[in-house]
Amino acid sequence: MLGDTVRRFLAEKAPVEARNRIAYGDIGYSPEIWRGLAELGVIGALFGEEVGGFGGGGFDIMVVFHEIGRALAVEPFLGALMVGQALAAAGRADVIEGIIAGTTIAAFAHAEPQDRAAGDPLATRARRDGAGENGAGENGGWTIDGAKAVVAHGEAADVLLVSAQTDAGVALFLVPRDSAGLGVRGYANIDGGRSAEVTLRGVTVPDAALITADGAAAIAAAEAAGLLALCAEALGAMEIARDHTVDYVRTRKQFGVPIGKFQALQHRIATVLLEIEQARSAVINAADAFGGDAAPRALAAAKYTIGATGQLVAEEAIQLHGGIGMTWELPLSHYAKRITMIDGQLGDQDEHLQRYIALGRAATA
Amino acid sequence: MDLRFTPEEELFREEVRDFLRDHLPEILRHKVRHDLTMTKADMEEWHAILHARGWLASHWPEQYGGPGWTVVQRSIFEDEAARAHAPRIVPFGVGMLGPVLIKYGSEEQRRTILPRILDGRDWWCQGYSEPGAGSDLASLKTSAVRDGDHYIVNGQKTWTTLGQFANRIFCLVRTDPTAKAQEGISFLLIDMDTPGIEVRPIVLLDGDAEVNEVFFTDVRVPVANLVGEENKGWTYAKYLLTYERTNIAGVGSSMAAFDRLRTIAGKLTRGGRPLRDDPLFAARMARVEIDLANMATTNMRVIAAAAGGGAPGAESSMLKIKGTEIRQAITALTRRAYGPYAQPFMPEALEDGYNGEPVGPEDAIAAAPAYFNNRKLSIFGGSNEVQKNIISKMIVGL
Repeated sequence: MLGDTVRRFLAEKAPVEARNRIAYGDIGYSPEIWRGLAELGVIGALFGEEVGGFGGGGFDIMVVFHEIGRALAVEPFLGALMVGQALAAAGRADVIEGIIAGTTIAAFAHAEPQDRAAGDPLATRARRDGAGENGAGENGGWTIDGAKAVVAHGEAADVLLVSAQTDAGVALFLVPRDSAGLGVRGYANIDGGRSAEVTLRGVTVPDAALITADGAAAIAAAEAAGLLALCAEALGAMEIARDHTVDYVRTRKQFGVPIGKFQALQHRIATVLLEIEQARSAVINAADAFGGDAAPRALAAAKYTIGATGQLVAEEAIQLHGGIGMTWELPLSHYAKRITMIDGQLGDQDEHLQRYIALGRAATA
Repeated sequence: MDLRFTPEEELFREEVRDFLRDHLPEILRHKVRHDLTMTKADMEEWHAILHARGWLASHWPEQYGGPGWTVVQRSIFEDEAARAHAPRIVPFGVGMLGPVLIKYGSEEQRRTILPRILDGRDWWCQGYSEPGAGSDLASLKTSAVRDGDHYIVNGQKTWTTLGQFANRIFCLVRTDPTAKAQEGISFLLIDMDTPGIEVRPIVLLDGDAEVNEVFFTDVRVPVANLVGEENKGWTYAKYLLTYERTNIAGVGSSMAAFDRLRTIAGKLTRGGRPLRDDPLFAARMARVEIDLANMATTNMRVIAAAAGGGAPGAESSMLKIKGTEIRQAITALTRRAYGPYAQPFMPEALEDGYNGEPVGPEDAIAAAPAYFNNRKLSIFGGSNEVQKNIISKMIVGL
């Protein structure tokens, strides 16, 4: 039911032409659409009652992001979801309220420009202030130095959830966007919306900004929710790409007939259709497993599947349209871009295929 | 069969390499190597350099300014130029119209037009496709009606690549609406500054505008601008398309792109190891590399057959399909290599005069636009589906 509401709202407020003006505009999202959806309860649906939401299950997340994908919405829902899930996992319900209300825009700032091996420390570091070698000084607080990569809506955010290495592990800090020493270099994304490179140079935050000193579980919770959301978003976008392609081959005439009459093309469309249904099942599996022990492997399976299927769907949709499928004017091209770029977010199909193998080995070892 | 080059051919290869080393401007090499945007002046500069050496129109007969190369020499030149990251020769005048005029044009047309192609005074573009005539090109509707010493042209062309730079356009127009589709078409040369012509850019999904729509409203074209005979244009068009597919395999440029991918995959790391040591990425690269090596030999076999007087038919379709699939696979892997850093969109960073610092690892900014832009390869010049129709018609014959 929430899905229908969101679908109607976005269809009215942001048909593709309007969406493109928003997505490639100065701020890369629409505050009006953001507020409107927040009022409809879209953000609350992403969280459980224990933190003030009214959903938070795998299928709640799937429904919302499925609609976001169908409409190519660029509002900062992914950041709200990931930051909120991390806060919830860290037991910090006290700071989620503004996120759920939509009054606080949050960005998840964990990935870094430098690659690192699993288990290696983050390059971003936090140290206690005013302290000798052994801990807190008089004023307490922390100083953070480092850099974060491709932070979705880093400019628009009111707060960033920043991961940083301490001697004790990976800590999470809620850092206000206007903190001294916080540099945000924003840019458009090729698939719409904006992201940013974030630098932290001697950013100081009070002790209260420390969300958790051991953030591994919170980061895992955020990434799990983020993966499910991206998979559902890709599924929604693939459905529209499929619909537009089917419409096109039914109406485009060459050699005196609709090109959909050609069996070679019919079979390719059939392949696209059945692979999208396989991808839908992968997302359902992941939503069903969400929050349980089987979630990591189901999420890896889903992200692999939507990555591989996404490339097939985006490339076939463009090819079956011909040149017109490559034009800015046609909504399809924007769906193809979004579908393609989702593969690169939070680990591409190859990474998740390897994660799936590794998790399987670990389970049988 | 002997796939080795003769000592003379190897000497020629050295000559080409020396020339490229000494005469290919570094700035052009840099732009091609890094997928940066080529300006009109860039393309004209490279033409002028090749023209000065007599190597611009490599497949024209010597009497019209060609270098008199064999088909093998041409292939060597194209491969070496591509591997040295030389710009592509803009094909419309040199590669397409030139051969048509040499075979079907009047002596007057050859005398007046060919030199202007060589020295760069004319920039030609192609008026073939229409909104309703893509794969089914013969259904084109742009009309040319005889009025004394002129044709009056009305209609619309589309996908006119680099039409914004052109001062002349060669067009397929319908001169006999009552004849069978292929039999009422003529081949007409039109000045772009004739009243009634309007060029509108088509913005592509990466924000680029290299293709255009061209509208004709009561455009008066002298009858002297007709190539060959009226209503025989389809024959000339098909001849031109075979030239459009020359070197369509693009072995040299795919090898250059693959070398670059290999370099990128050696530098970029994922999970703490170079991408080229990632088993899945390495497997993806190996599959493309094998496919490319196989195609290089397929290409050589076709060239050897052509050198022996064989007429390429379905082979050029085969090379078009494989060549474009391989090139697309390489650009897809290049985009994939950058992971999340393929997402930032900074078209200004691909233009001349950009002094800023692009986001992400070197060349990351160009990877997604190049990937999306190269989707055109399997669409234009006769889509890969049309090429498969040609192949299956030749083989199955039904």
